[in-house]
Amino acid sequence: MEVKDIYIRNMKYEDFKENEYLEEYVKELRANGVNIAIAKLDDLINWGRSNSVWPLTFATSCCGIEFMCLGAARYDFARFGWEVTRNSPRQADVVFCCGTIVHKMAPVLKRLYDQMAEPKYVMAFGSCAISGGPFKSSYHTVMGVDKIIPVDVYIPGCPPRPDAMIYGMMQLARKIKMQEFFKLPKQPHPELRHCEEYSDEANQTAGLLHSVSNDETKKGGEV
Amino acid sequence: MKIIGELLQQLSFASIEQKDKTYIVSVPKEKLHETAVFLKNNSKLSFDFLMDIIGMDYGDNLGAIYYVSSTRFPSYIIALKTQTEDRETPLLDSVCDVWESAGLYEREVHDFFGIKFANNPDMRRLFLRQDWNGYPLRKDYDTNPELNPVPLCNEDLDDMENMPVTEISIEGERLENHRKLFEEEDYVVNFGPQHPATHGVLHLRVALDGEMIKKVDPNFGYIHRGIEKMCEAYTYPQMLHLTDRLDYLSGTINRHGLCLAVEKGLELEVPERAHYIRTIIDELTRIASHLLGWGCMAMDMGSITAFVYGMRDREKIMDIFEETCGGRLMANYSVIGGVMNDIHPNFQRKVKEFIPYMRKMLKEHHLLFTGNPIARDRMEGVGYLSKEQAIALGATGPTGRASGWSNDVRKIEPYAAYRHADFKEMLRSDGLTFDRYIIRLDEIEESLKILEQLIDNIPGGSYAAKTKAIIKLPEGEFYQRVEGARGEFDVYINSKGDKYPYRVKFRSPCMTLVNTLKAIAIDTKVADLIMLGGSLDYVVPCIDR
Repeated sequence: MEVKDIYIRNMKYEDFKENEYLEEYVKELRANGVNIAIAKLDDLINWGRSNSVWPLTFATSCCGIEFMCLGAARYDFARFGWEVTRNSPRQADVVFCCGTIVHKMAPVLKRLYDQMAEPKYVMAFGSCAISGGPFKSSYHTVMGVDKIIPVDVYIPGCPPRPDAMIYGMMQLARKIKMQEFFKLPKQPHPELRHCEEYSDEANQTAGLLHSVSNDETKKGGEV
Repeated sequence: MKIIGELLQQLSFASIEQKDKTYIVSVPKEKLHETAVFLKNNSKLSFDFLMDIIGMDYGDNLGAIYYVSSTRFPSYIIALKTQTEDRETPLLDSVCDVWESAGLYEREVHDFFGIKFANNPDMRRLFLRQDWNGYPLRKDYDTNPELNPVPLCNEDLDDMENMPVTEISIEGERLENHRKLFEEEDYVVNFGPQHPATHGVLHLRVALDGEMIKKVDPNFGYIHRGIEKMCEAYTYPQMLHLTDRLDYLSGTINRHGLCLAVEKGLELEVPERAHYIRTIIDELTRIASHLLGWGCMAMDMGSITAFVYGMRDREKIMDIFEETCGGRLMANYSVIGGVMNDIHPNFQRKVKEFIPYMRKMLKEHHLLFTGNPIARDRMEGVGYLSKEQAIALGATGPTGRASGWSNDVRKIEPYAAYRHADFKEMLRSDGLTFDRYIIRLDEIEESLKILEQLIDNIPGGSYAAKTKAIIKLPEGEFYQRVEGARGEFDVYINSKGDKYPYRVKFRSPCMTLVNTLKAIAIDTKVADLIMLGGSLDYVVPCIDR
């Protein structure tokens, strides 16, 4: 049995190629009647994560009704382990953005997204959430939620059929399975978020940190 | 009717025009309040139901049109018109002391046109943020997105609580004041805008005294998409799809209303077959909407099972829609002159199968939830709405009928194929939460009766009348009332003879329902607020438009 793509922070990948001793070890254990499987912890975690994604109940308009159909008897997303809809963003993994986002709602959605714990995902349901859709020419519509928050999966339709939603959710499950849980990006400091100066301040802080680390390495080099 | 015309002659300062059952009364702005009091308090007329206030930008002038109807002569409408030349600081007299529902409508006109109403106690903007630049429905509105960028911070709560009031002193001076919405010691709780049980993105701010509700202040606009402004840039066939997305649960009915209004303007003869098909589709939509309303109300009270049952039965209707219309939720079926396609060969068979199925299931629903002692205990004796209050607040539809107000447009002014169907208007007299709950299930039963009578009698012939490639409406104003699943849905079109409308206005039945919530929630427990909302069954995108 081969162990692939092992990532250890302090060790270069090239140094880690020889896995024969692990394979020998497994063979020996199996020969003596021990049932053993080797896999990455990432795979195990992602298998669990992708099969129990908790969505936030967030619907602004029409697509919300199709989302309700998805939760009801016929389409029944409990089959995929998605049925634990959460009313609090702090307990949710994914926000289904069902419906148009308008100017007045934009900061609310941003705050909801900020309140969710990492790792978190966003799905844009329907053409309004993707690009403004039928309301593209309106004065009060945000032209797609990706103007405010990052989006993982786009599901087109007006509204998308529940089948399309299931397909989209399976795509998200696939995406989760591809990720390396221990390498997921860290969340910026919460105080820096949902604030007008957020982007500027975040850049400044990042710049500061960068310069500090540079100085330290220089000093180290001199010593 | 003669009597109305005679009585209106008493208004010497007004110019009166009659068009079918509509009287257009134009008055100078100084006489607006006087006329309103005359119409409302005259013992013979008693025009007590304010349907809508439509703000208008006539180019040089700004104005408002008050559509008023009487509970005594429900099919007669008075359109009360007034104008002001002042575009900088336009001011009209408020009529919210005459008709209670006027308060919200006037806020809407203020939001879109910048007209202030003297003596209205609350002149905040209704949909847009308080810091929004410009008045979007004015013809000279600057649509430059840089003027109103996407905001990144939430609205300041102090802004939301500050109510500007314009008053006229005895000397005729204009006084601008501010009033606070809540008192200092009020304990205020926020419901929404993201709340699983507000049926959309509605923001309620509730002042509490212990567990009892002292005051409810609804905030709209979290899904305001500017449909009315968009309509002004669209041709008539292009406008149609927007109506489906207003109140998406009775989408086909809204679309039917707009089609009827345009057909009225064109004086187009719609084939009888199209009328029948539209009526059947409307009734199916009504059943689907009531099923969802029933399920959601039950879910608001904690019964998830009822929700799943309601959605299961609704799927049967969605199947029928999908075959014939092509869409599930958004049927997009009615077009100007008829319907988009002929019915599917399976349509009649499936509807005929659905009727006995639904009857059987209704019995089950009653057994499952209506007879449940816990549900009965919660619903009975809570949320009383009197008939007078319902009329004053303009709470049409099942909510008004549960209080004993006969307001079914299908009976008042039968449109499409309703004149061929024999059905009862469901009325109850108690006006409690339980009545509003049970009346929906009763209306499903009546809708099934209508379906039963019409489904076998769909006449042959063409399913749509031929229209010109470019539809131009003659100059004039057209008003059409239809009975949506939640109440009266009205369409107002003002045309200048062009292929684009000059102004389009939709009467939202749900906006008055939220106003009703404000009235009936006082002195009930905060835990019942969600259930009361569920019993009124409002849809938020319909309010915000």
